[in-house]
Amino acid sequence: MTQVLSPTLSPVASDGSALQTKTTTSRRPVCANDVRVAQRRLLKMHYESGVGHIGGNLSSLDSMLVVFHDYLREKDQFFLSKGHSAGALYTTLWSLGRLKDHDLESFHRDDTLLAGHPPAAGIPEITFATGSLGHGVSLSAGTALAFQLKRSDARVVCLTSDGEWQEGSTWEGLIFASHHRLNNLTILVDHNGLQGFGSTTDIASMSPLWQRLQGFDVDVHVIDGHDASAIRSALFFPSERLKVVVLRTVKGHGVSFMENEMKWHYLPLTAELYQQAIDEISSP
Amino acid sequence: MVFLTGDLGFNALEPLKEAMGERFINAGVAEQNMITVAAALAAQDLEVWIYSIAPFMYARPFEQIRNDICFHHLPVKLIGNGGGYGYGVMGPTHHAIDDYGALLTLPDMAAFVPTFDEDVEAVVEMAGLGDGPAYLRMGRGEPPPGWHVPSFRPWRELTTGGGPTVIGVGPVAGTYIGCFDAMPAELRPNLWVVGALPVEQNPIPEKLLATLDSHPRLVVVEEHVRQGSFASELLLSLSERGCPPKRFSHLCARAHNYGRYGSQKFLRAQSGLDPTTMLSALATI
Repeated sequence: MTQVLSPTLSPVASDGSALQTKTTTSRRPVCANDVRVAQRRLLKMHYESGVGHIGGNLSSLDSMLVVFHDYLREKDQFFLSKGHSAGALYTTLWSLGRLKDHDLESFHRDDTLLAGHPPAAGIPEITFATGSLGHGVSLSAGTALAFQLKRSDARVVCLTSDGEWQEGSTWEGLIFASHHRLNNLTILVDHNGLQGFGSTTDIASMSPLWQRLQGFDVDVHVIDGHDASAIRSALFFPSERLKVVVLRTVKGHGVSFMENEMKWHYLPLTAELYQQAIDEISSP
Repeated sequence: MVFLTGDLGFNALEPLKEAMGERFINAGVAEQNMITVAAALAAQDLEVWIYSIAPFMYARPFEQIRNDICFHHLPVKLIGNGGGYGYGVMGPTHHAIDDYGALLTLPDMAAFVPTFDEDVEAVVEMAGLGDGPAYLRMGRGEPPPGWHVPSFRPWRELTTGGGPTVIGVGPVAGTYIGCFDAMPAELRPNLWVVGALPVEQNPIPEKLLATLDSHPRLVVVEEHVRQGSFASELLLSLSERGCPPKRFSHLCARAHNYGRYGSQKFLRAQSGLDPTTMLSALATI
């Protein structure tokens, strides 16, 4: 049965004004139950398709839900630089009604639009194929610059991973966005501390990453990436320059046997573990 | 329109910078970012031109060109100055002898190689009219003094005679005009120059096909490595038509690094692209 986030209240900006979001109907802000509904749908999709990458999807799902439901308007743009969290993006679009259950059922299968990483075309909310790390910051910077050149007040959000900051091109993008004072751009960092073959501190430590970021002409926020209210506050926090929000997250968030376990960057779910995960998430 | 440069263009782009104001962007020494920013600008319906020297335009940011521009069929125009051995004695890091071959592997990419300085305006217009990405390999035109430059077209016949057919890519073709014109008409090669690639988007002229049919000796010359060369695509095209040349010779860039450095003319000679080597190839084909 299709479950959607309850469209009851309008999201409210920090200044108290109602917002028009990517949704076409008024909604209340994302709450913990909304996240659990999305987590279950995400796990169902990954389980049915036998696909891994679950850990990083669960660490970033909360922020994507808040960004799309509470922050973005029709004219705004979102870039998923950590394309391997495509499952969380598809689930978020499903929660908005932009994708349907039958779409998610095609995930990762032959003749699908829902590839393992965001596709190049076919989904209006996804404007660029991502998956090779290190492209999203520049894509979002270029888009934010285009909005400014066109005198548009549209804004841009980019979600990166933390390991992705080992890519030189990510820093190139940060330098550019900072220099051009793109205050219509917010860069989110899913800081779950684990990457493909170890922890970020063990492999190429920049710890703490936010101190490196504070060396640039940007506003840096460090928040709990699983606190919807904190994410909203950071997104709406007024800024005259580029904003970077470091989301302190847990890989595999919400599923005890996945949390902070690198192997859930890769593994698909067995039937038993899927049921255990669903049971855990179903218990508030 | 937005124009981006990778921190190059001193003593050349200043008037453009003045004219374009905030839409002239020096993206700094960060080619990967520049390419991706350009793709994003183009996705917002802005006309985007990018400038750098040729070797920095395609090699470092190749993935950005592929993923962000070409996968999305965005009409970003890449201007690379000093194609081939154009930066001569600056060394192999500054040469671009594998540029159009690499770029033409990408979906919908077009490449333009103006032969003479007089071609540039027409090439810019043609590239700008295209609805897909394009690479402009810029070089120094070298026609003989006083020689009349014919208007730009993708294929042009520069000399005519009863000898073999020579097809060159871009400026190197102009270096043979003088010695070909000095030859007796019955021995003089039919020199053609191609300035727009790939061949499948710029069909071989019927006149050239007819010449190859009656005089099936062909020399292709290009300041580009053999792999991914224009010659490869040309021979595929001729073979598919059922008319491959009976005798064929390929003069091309032979090495990125010869161990000794020199001007573009020196490096062309090292690769056997100079007029003397060309005449030897014609004598033996």
